[in-house]
Amino acid sequence: MGMTIIEKILARASGATTIGPGDLAVVDVDLCVLIDLSFSPSSWREVLKLHDPDKVVVVFDHDVPASNRDTAAMHMRGREFVRRFGISRFHDVGPDQGISHVVVAENAYCLPGTVMACSDSHTCSAGALNCAARGLGAPDLLFALTTGKTWFRVGETVRYDFDGRLAEGVSTKDLFLHIAGTYGDHANQNVEFGGPALAHLSMDARRTLTTMGAELSAEFATFEPDGVLIDYVKARNPAPFEPQYPDSDAIYAARRGIDLSKLSPMVALPDRVIRNTVPVDEAAGEPIQQAFIGSCANGTLDDLAEAARVLTGRRVAPGVRLLVTPGSQRIFAAAAKAGYVQTLLEAGAVVTPATCGACYGGHMGVLGPGETCITASTRNFSGRMGDPTARIYMASPATVAASAVAGHIAHAGKI
Amino acid sequence: MLSGRVWKFGDDINTDLMLPGPLLTASEEDQRRAVFSANRPGWVDQVRPGDLIIGGRNFGTGSSRPAARSLRNLGLGGLIAESINGLFFRNAVSFGFLALECCGIHDAFEEGQTAEISIAHWTVRNRDTGAVLAISPVPERLLSLMTSGGIFPVLEAEGLIAPKAG
Repeated sequence: MGMTIIEKILARASGATTIGPGDLAVVDVDLCVLIDLSFSPSSWREVLKLHDPDKVVVVFDHDVPASNRDTAAMHMRGREFVRRFGISRFHDVGPDQGISHVVVAENAYCLPGTVMACSDSHTCSAGALNCAARGLGAPDLLFALTTGKTWFRVGETVRYDFDGRLAEGVSTKDLFLHIAGTYGDHANQNVEFGGPALAHLSMDARRTLTTMGAELSAEFATFEPDGVLIDYVKARNPAPFEPQYPDSDAIYAARRGIDLSKLSPMVALPDRVIRNTVPVDEAAGEPIQQAFIGSCANGTLDDLAEAARVLTGRRVAPGVRLLVTPGSQRIFAAAAKAGYVQTLLEAGAVVTPATCGACYGGHMGVLGPGETCITASTRNFSGRMGDPTARIYMASPATVAASAVAGHIAHAGKI
Repeated sequence: MLSGRVWKFGDDINTDLMLPGPLLTASEEDQRRAVFSANRPGWVDQVRPGDLIIGGRNFGTGSSRPAARSLRNLGLGGLIAESINGLFFRNAVSFGFLALECCGIHDAFEEGQTAEISIAHWTVRNRDTGAVLAISPVPERLLSLMTSGGIFPVLEAEGLIAPKAG
């Protein structure tokens, strides 16, 4: 019986010859990623035995640099763990700082065909690297850290085949908003992405889509491997790897083709993305006080380049705060070198250090009562970015930048 | 057999409603008090031990935060929804909170009615109307974690993590 990508990875990791929907797979975990919140007093339990320190990466990301005393203490607990178990791959505040999913990708810590675990929901981001990666809860992650294993309920897979090329000003964020609006949630299902359009999709563009897989409630979101991916991984990690392709007779719950050239900029209306997205023009004119570009989904170099393209020679409207948070300090440095940061600053944007920051309402851009924000990040839930009465629209970096200039929600091609 | 009074919630109920971001590093008690404070203020004071939540599609969409632990700490007997986000389900298993999927559950109950859950038969019955629905079975290994306190006691017993401080 043919298997999908995710079934093949899970079969191999569990030592089974075949695996399919309805199975419970107990698998070996190739990489455990801990974040600063992993060491929060309400989540953390002191580890007495670690399965394998070489399979652990620690990345401080949600609140860096520490914004308060509780976080400072949490970071100290994390540093102590790193020292005690001799973790070599540790990203503290500094030049290697970044959002864990971004740091994992830019170092290719997670290799194609492997299993990765992290206690953050957007871990599915690494599916762009052909990994079985998903968010676990804190106890799950401690189980994986101490035993080397975790479990997955195997769900059915929905396959998306992409054709055509995205038009200028349209991104994979718009593609995600199209999928969430058209097909709704994918709870208990995996999503698999492939098709001829992959040749035109950068790794940054792919990561935006797999990261947003969490917002579809997908179990796993995985890209089919190709030359772009293999070159990307080899340039970053010398370790051997075996990418996994779907079998030609793999069984899918559904197979959906999308012509990328037909997509246009989209926006999610406040509070949810599932079946709640419209073309930007339908929300145009809505006044905003804050515009945010950042997070594991939209803090890539591609995203900063796109924001700079829209903002060149323009100014952020009076009364609007445009906040830009690169996904990692490495991206920040690359964006500075390319001139994007200068363009953003000249337009009036505030560019912050790399962190999860405003995306989760943590720090550096928390919303007040009744405010309206348009965000290129991961979530638009009520209360997500601050006060529960604030309204959060979600769109691409181009649409967010254009809206910041206009002072209200606007289409980047029409400002 | 487990029975309880039901509270109804709709589709796409997210983790941030159950555990708001500003409380991510707060105490379990403070987290428990904040459940649904944005969408249903005061609800935590009306809940009685053993009550059940009935949800729509995609219950628990969102983050890895321990939202299921807050529901458990409220003394709820469990959750039955049309479908449950996989990460929320994992946390329900890990923290020992009963979370079950049942097609048709949302329309089969009015708020305040009483549900009777039989794990032995994987059914749920509306005591007020007599309607009986099938629950999707949970694999035995996961059910056993869910109903016996979750993962921490297992890891403690094996000497892999330290007991909870204080």
